[in-house]
Amino acid sequence: MSDKPLLAIEDLHVSFPTRKGVVEAVRGISFSLGREKLGIVGESGSGKSMTGRSILRLVSRPGIVTAKRMEFDGIDLQRASAAQMRRIRGQRISMVMQDPKFSLNPVMRVGEQIAEAYRTHEKVAPAEAKRRSLEMLKAVRIRDPERVYRAYPHEVSGGMGQRIMIAMMLIPDPDLLIADEPTSALDVTVQLQVLAILDDLVTQRGMGLIFISHDLNLVASFCDRVVIMYAGRVMEICDAKNLDAAQHPYTRGLLNCLPRIDSDGRDLAVLRRDPAWMEHGL
Amino acid sequence: MSGETGRAMIEVDKLNVIFGLGADRVHAVRDVSFRVPEGTTFGLVGESGSGKSTVLRALSGLNPDWSGRVAVAGQAQKPRRDKAFYKLAQMVFQDPYGSLHPRHTVDRILMEPLAIHRLEDPERRIERVLGEVGLGPDFRFRYPHQLSGGQRQRVAIARALILEPRILLLDEPTSALDVSVQAEVLNLLQRLKQERGLTFVLVSHNLSVVAHMCDDLAVMNHGVVVEELAVAQLKRREPQHPYTRQLMVASLGYDRAAVDRFEDFAREG
Ligand SMILES: Nc1ncnc2c1ncn2[C@@H]1O[C@H](COP(=O)(O)OP(=O)(O)OP(=O)(O)O)[C@@H](O)[C@H]1O
Ligand SMILES: Nc1ncnc2c1ncn2[C@@H]1O[C@H](COP(=O)(O)OP(=O)(O)OP(=O)(O)O)[C@@H](O)[C@H]1O
Ligand SMILES: [Mg+2]
Ligand SMILES: [Mg+2]
Repeated sequence: MSDKPLLAIEDLHVSFPTRKGVVEAVRGISFSLGREKLGIVGESGSGKSMTGRSILRLVSRPGIVTAKRMEFDGIDLQRASAAQMRRIRGQRISMVMQDPKFSLNPVMRVGEQIAEAYRTHEKVAPAEAKRRSLEMLKAVRIRDPERVYRAYPHEVSGGMGQRIMIAMMLIPDPDLLIADEPTSALDVTVQLQVLAILDDLVTQRGMGLIFISHDLNLVASFCDRVVIMYAGRVMEICDAKNLDAAQHPYTRGLLNCLPRIDSDGRDLAVLRRDPAWMEHGL
Repeated sequence: MSGETGRAMIEVDKLNVIFGLGADRVHAVRDVSFRVPEGTTFGLVGESGSGKSTVLRALSGLNPDWSGRVAVAGQAQKPRRDKAFYKLAQMVFQDPYGSLHPRHTVDRILMEPLAIHRLEDPERRIERVLGEVGLGPDFRFRYPHQLSGGQRQRVAIARALILEPRILLLDEPTSALDVSVQAEVLNLLQRLKQERGLTFVLVSHNLSVVAHMCDDLAVMNHGVVVEELAVAQLKRREPQHPYTRQLMVASLGYDRAAVDRFEDFAREG
């Protein structure tokens, strides 16, 4: 990790005005990222996806995003023009969305979508775009890339959809990849193979990775550091390899909820949520 | 194996599903057979793209293009199902976003099956089921795009539960849930199984979830079942097939060096 972070976020807030009042999805979180693998874990609805989307200014209306600071490689993301943001999104920061199939165009062949995404950012011939797209599909362990290239989104499995999104987001060779539950639909073997690709990009090319996941064991073994979120706040940030020894009662509670392979079939522990967690973040 | 005893709620015999033609032809499910005794949970695990969702879709009547024999509650099933079938069996889809109508509120999504089946007391049923999946009354009038991924998945589970079916076909029902909500949903499913004798087929990539929930499981690779085993065998870590053993290694967590030793078990069996 170099001393100047790739990404710095300070006091980020995201809120949605609704008929029943304002939903505060993110409530003042701060973290920074170097050329490393940063995991984000936490409660469903705690604001993980909104945090990822705000970095790319992709929070949709009527969401309101504010921050003291949001800086990527010296660029002020809040001040950047729309044109500048488009360039950043295409070339420097990619995001794999949580609902991959929903992010794909249902009436366009999968391969054409990858190739098209590539060609909007890079001046290459169609044949070259196709070759690169097939190569990426193969890299993410798609077994029959030629067939999948020609398939429509509804013709691929859940895990294939996720890998297609990963392939599409890696083609521009981003400096920062935000991956929102990117491998939740993959069997464990393929999951680790895909993570190895991301890992190599971080260690060999210095990419930064934000890895949003519910899988605590995976995050502990894969990431360098972990941010633990609850109700829009950061509860703690710890070294991934020490996640097992985390101190915060919320994190401890999460670890206790995990089923184990040698389970005796009794009820799993559930979390008793402490109202105090709502009030005190890092 | 516990599959030897008890009345079979689900029987699948030599199920085959083929999609497409020519170069696009995929034999997605090849000669898959299993039986699920009433009141038990059958797990389906295996490689991404190996045909797990396709098996569930054939079982649930969503994809009429299959061959082989499928019997549910002792009745051989035709490719298409009638209304009564959906009172008996409900499915939770892998992709919750795609399965929820984007312009319907949670309330309307849950009301619809109640109206179709003319069930009494819809108000109470909706409130109860939302509580059971851990969504407060605040969520009742939201649209799917106003929910987080895990909240959408819980709406999908609530929709399946609200008809009180005897069979649930669950495709990765907790993959978008944090572990605390996952524990609540899994406990709920276990309770329903004990109290009402429900029968489940559960697709999951998480071997710990499978070990916790299931009685028996089948391991799929490339359209075929490579191994069927009792969960006790899984817990003792004694699966036979090398692919299952590789899954067990992979489920220990990320290890860059181990990844390079993974083998491909394509097109065998
Ligand atoms: N358009 C909207 N209107 C109102 N509330 C919203 C809207 N979009 C999101 N929210 C709320 O914002 C909160 C944070 O959502 P977010 O998608 O970031 O959660 P998450 O941590 O990614 O959860 P999950 O793990 O379930 O995906 C949730 O409680 C969600 O209901
Ligand atoms: N409607 C369809 N048309 C063409 N091919 C299809 C269709 N549906 C599924 N397939 C193909 O059938 C195979 C099995 O898909 P299926 O969705 O059953 O896999 P899966 O085991 O559920 O995988 P995952 O774990 O990734 O969800 C895949 O190769 C897929 O591309
Ligand atoms: Mg999310
Ligand atoms: Mg599937």
